[in-house]
Amino acid sequence: MVTQPTTDEMAFPMKVVAKDVNFYYGATQALFDVSLDIMSQRVTALIGPSGCGKSTFLRTLNRMNDIIDGARIEGTITLDGREIYDNSVDVVELRRRVGMVFQKSNPFPKSVFDNVAYGARIFGIKDRAQLTEIVERSLTRAGLWDEVKDRLNHSALGLSGGQQQRMCIARALAVDPEILLMDEPASALDPRSTARIEDLIGELRGNYTIVIVTHNMQQAARVSDFTAFFCDGKIVEFGSTEHIFTNPAQKQTEDYITGRFG
Amino acid sequence: MGASSMSIVVVALIFLFLFRESAPFVRDPGISSLAGSRWVPVSFTKQLFGIGPLVTGSALVTLLATLVALPFGVCSAIYIAEFAGPFEREILKPFIELLAAIPSVVLGFFGLAIVAPLVKSGFGLSSGLTALTGALVLALMAIPTIISISEDAIRNVPRSYREASIALGASEVQTVMRVTTPAALSGIFAAVTLGMGRVIGETMAVLMVTGNAAIMSLSPFDPARTMTATIAAEMGEVTYGSEHYQALFCVGLILLSATFALNLAAQRVLARHTRNG
Repeated sequence: MVTQPTTDEMAFPMKVVAKDVNFYYGATQALFDVSLDIMSQRVTALIGPSGCGKSTFLRTLNRMNDIIDGARIEGTITLDGREIYDNSVDVVELRRRVGMVFQKSNPFPKSVFDNVAYGARIFGIKDRAQLTEIVERSLTRAGLWDEVKDRLNHSALGLSGGQQQRMCIARALAVDPEILLMDEPASALDPRSTARIEDLIGELRGNYTIVIVTHNMQQAARVSDFTAFFCDGKIVEFGSTEHIFTNPAQKQTEDYITGRFG
Repeated sequence: MGASSMSIVVVALIFLFLFRESAPFVRDPGISSLAGSRWVPVSFTKQLFGIGPLVTGSALVTLLATLVALPFGVCSAIYIAEFAGPFEREILKPFIELLAAIPSVVLGFFGLAIVAPLVKSGFGLSSGLTALTGALVLALMAIPTIISISEDAIRNVPRSYREASIALGASEVQTVMRVTTPAALSGIFAAVTLGMGRVIGETMAVLMVTGNAAIMSLSPFDPARTMTATIAAEMGEVTYGSEHYQALFCVGLILLSATFALNLAAQRVLARHTRNG
């Protein structure tokens, strides 16, 4: 269980600063002047009703939207003070620093080992001993090592849903990211697997800056230090999770959190 | 249901019919007389029905055509599925379908008029009518099949694989080489197998451009005579019920079994692919 931060923890160094971000899918605008500061080594939750732009915002942070035809972004997003949409930025390097875990676990149809080693191999590591070390370390960090150490050469598709998702987290951790983006990482899992993922987020907190999109209010309250409430492509309210959940400033936030709307 | 089971009945009847017409040959001169290496069906002294040269011819032409069509077809499929913009795709796809719709006799003309002289002068041969010429023309027929089925297989690779790879910092090319294409491999294999099935059964174009000498040679620069061309060329002049007639039916049976096996193999692979995909 993560301890709730107090308001003075808002003074943590900022890892990512988004300012006046507007995002368009073709002619449709999905984000409106979104500004958000993401604290280093803390968990920031993005909550809000479906289609409110939280996933779109998450994907602007590692430029995953680049691969969508007709997508366009305005505004600035900086990582450690450097604009990530600058022409000089190496997108590959950015995505190494900003890892991502998807809503539906998406293992490659390869062995567990080859899945976790994928990123390292992309970056040119061929040495088997080094790869083995990376795979073991990443799976250990994702709390999966003991469960899969005897079947590293089996297909990852044979793992259970929860194991697959933790393996995807291990795969993302294997390239030593600084930030981990999680897009509803537990929404397709049973309660027990969900609890394991939440515990894992608690363990990773402090070493990684985590941004998590979730539909689940209790989950946001349990795992996050800060919460941003999105609605219709705008940020309605942002603050410490404790503050948002106990004493929201906006009526809309309160209605959403208490389940009266959304 | 009735119409679809009809097709099963038709296939079964064709097999049965081929068996019936070729059975007397298996009884009288015996199946071993097919095993020879000389096909001399019309002779005043001794008729020979060794299908060695015909099987060799079909195999050689099919393999050469596959060797040519495979890299072209698979690379085109990868390009169209992964890299081509929507506009490019809209132009390319109808042309590929058009290529598939060209009557094979027209491709045969093309082979005679263009490919054969090129092969002749390019390799300094006395005649351009060779196994290679036939293979090149047949490759043109196999390519559309290989492209469209491979492309389907590649496009059916779940988007999530692509996203996972991109999010891990892989470039588009790395993603295609390491994730998408391997994931589509069984579909690509099925595409190539179906392309081979098309090639081995093709008759008119090979009849026109391979020279049709029933010699046993593995050289691409020699003329070749395929099983299909043999049946097409000789069936019209054969005496009904003669040994020659029965021997041609034996060849037909072998041919049908080969294409049947190839199609079955491709379908099994495709079915497995869809289940896992």
